[in-house]
Order: sequence, then structure tokens, then C-alpha cells
Amino acid sequence: MILDANPSIARRGLADRVLRRGPLEAVATMIIAAGVVMLMQPFSLVLYSWSFATTLFGTVMFTIVSKVRE
Amino acid sequence: MNELSASSRITYRAVMVRPGVARRIRGLSDRTLAWLFITPTIVLLLAINIFPLLWTIYLSFTNYRANRANVPTIWLGADWYQSILTDPDIWAAMQVTAHFVIWTVVIETVIGFGLAFLIDKKFRGHGMWTTIILLPMMLSPAVVGNFWTFLYQPQIGLFNYVVAFFTGRDASSFQMLGDVRLSPWAIVIVDAWMWTPYVMLICLAGLRSIPDYIYEAAEVDRASKWRQFWSITLPMALPFIMLAVLFRGIENFKMFDMVNLLTGGGPGSTTEVASITLKRAAFESWRTGYSSAFAIILFVTVFGLANIYVKALNKVKSR
Repeated sequence: MILDANPSIARRGLADRVLRRGPLEAVATMIIAAGVVMLMQPFSLVLYSWSFATTLFGTVMFTIVSKVRE
Repeated sequence: MNELSASSRITYRAVMVRPGVARRIRGLSDRTLAWLFITPTIVLLLAINIFPLLWTIYLSFTNYRANRANVPTIWLGADWYQSILTDPDIWAAMQVTAHFVIWTVVIETVIGFGLAFLIDKKFRGHGMWTTIILLPMMLSPAVVGNFWTFLYQPQIGLFNYVVAFFTGRDASSFQMLGDVRLSPWAIVIVDAWMWTPYVMLICLAGLRSIPDYIYEAAEVDRASKWRQFWSITLPMALPFIMLAVLFRGIENFKMFDMVNLLTGGGPGSTTEVASITLKRAAFESWRTGYSSAFAIILFVTVFGLANIYVKALNKVKSR
């Protein structure tokens, strides 16, 4: 019986683990949600001013990362 | 030839009349034929959806006014966006919209799911009750807006008398549409009355899609009704509830007709939702560039929200 000390499945790098559709979509979703909350919150005009940029960034990011491999 | 059936003779004649066309169509690949069929739809979509969107984006960077089309257009960059995103009045309109969207979606989802849960029990006459409950959503928003204006009349309106009957207050002591505290709730009540049946219908579809054998298995395991509700009914109906929340959230974010008929944004600006502010800027002040920028901000928000909900929907469905 031969025991293989080096398994054939290669260990995944950090980029491989992070640059996948799931985590990136989750990040984009959180940015969109933050943008919408910023748009409608009644507390700070500064947050309201940055809401559109935030939502737009999140939406563009979501559109791009939804094309990334699973 | 005489031995051919009637349909075969028609086909034969059709081919014989235009042999060139028939040969040419027969020579096309499936892919080319598919493109031929979908090209009219794509052209139509480009003309009525994509072009107006791109044109609106362009106008949002200019000083264009639709009532002064001959005046030369000047490129302003992001000035309108900066103006809108630092304007306290627009910020207030967004808060009014948020109040309307959040409360209508919460009320419609809770009551709609509750009604669907009851209707799903298939009691005697449940079909008739389903039809009666569905009636409000079949009405035109213009009709609903008009007759609720009468219902809310402090002197002759039925609503005030019902409230007076249950609370003991004088019927003419309050105005649902004229009071700054009550008018935001008045539009919430009307929207909930009209669109709760729609949410109920979607939830009912979700509840009817749950197979009976799952409940039977739970009964065998001696799970209580409460446990069955939290562990079977709610999780399995959740994709449908999410769908209803998505539809109603987006629809109410751009709500215009009913609110315009009921209050016109008043009293003051207490019910001035974003779409009414947009309409005033576009067709009363004729600030087309400014209103285009505002429309793009609302569009991006709705598009972003739709992305979130579709992702949530897929996640729940894949469970």
C-alpha cells in the first residue's frame, strides 16, 4: 500500500478564495444596501450626499462580479 | 397530383409560387432564423427602453428645458447631481418616500400572509371570500384615489364615522388628508387596502406549493402546529414572500398616481413622495435636466434594490 504524502488537490490561494462570485456579490449587496439606507435616513445630510455614489458603486460592482466564475 | 391531400396541395402550391424565397429560407441556419425572429423585439426594446434611458442620462448633465427646446444646450457636468444631493427639500422627500415604502410593505406583507394562511385552510366558501378580498386590486388607482378622498371627508366620509364609532371621538374632529400628522398614514392605509390582496395572492401560491406529505411527516414526528409553521410553512413560503416584498417595495418607491390623487403631496409637503417632487420639477418648473438627474438617482436606487432582492430570492430558493 502506497500512501501519497502530496495530495493531488492543490491548495487554494487567498485570491482564489476571495475573488469568487459569492463573497464579491455579498460585498456589492452590502454596499447597495448601505447606499439605500444613506439615501433615506433622516439623521445626516452628509450621508445623504454620498448615498448616490455608494449605491452606484455597489450596483456597478454587482453587475461586474455577477459575471465572475462561481 | 389528384392523389394528394388538400393540405399537401396547398403546401405544394405555396412552394411552387415562390420557389426562390422558399429555397432561400430553407438555406438559412437555425441561428440566422432565430436572429431574424428576435430582431424586431430587440429594435423595439432599444427604441422604447434603452434610447430614452441613454437620452435621460445625457440630459441630466445639461441645462436642457423641454419648454425651451430652441435654447442652446450647455454641458453642466455633475452640477444637477450635486444640487439634488445637497438639497434638504429632496432629502425630506426621500424620507417621506421611505416612510411610505417601509410601512406599506410591512403592513401588506403581514396582513397578506395572514389572509393567505387563512384562505389556504379551505373552509366553506373560501373561493367566494378570495374573490371578495381580491376586488380592491382590480380597481384603477385613479378610482381608488377618488373614492378614498370621499371616504376620508371629515363631514360625510365613512372612514371618520367608523373611527368615531370605535374610539368615541367626534367624527369631524380630525381630517385624515388635511392633518400633517395623519396624512402620511392616510396614504399608507389606502395603499395597504388596495395591494394587500396582491401580496396575499403571491403568498397563497407559496403556501399551496408546499407538499402535504411534509406536514404528514411532521405529524408522525409529533411536531406541534406552531413548530410546523416555523419549520415548514414559513421557510418554504419565504421565496414567495420575498418576491412580494420585491414587487411592492419597487412599486411603492416609484408610487405616483394614487398619492397625487389623494393629497397631491400635501398638506405642505408631508406626503410629497419622490415621484411627485420629480413630476413638479419636470412638468411644473420645466427643469428637464435637473429632473433627469433626479430620475437617474431614483433609477439607480431601484436597480440596486432589485439586485439585492433577486440575490436574496436565489439564496432562499437554493436552500
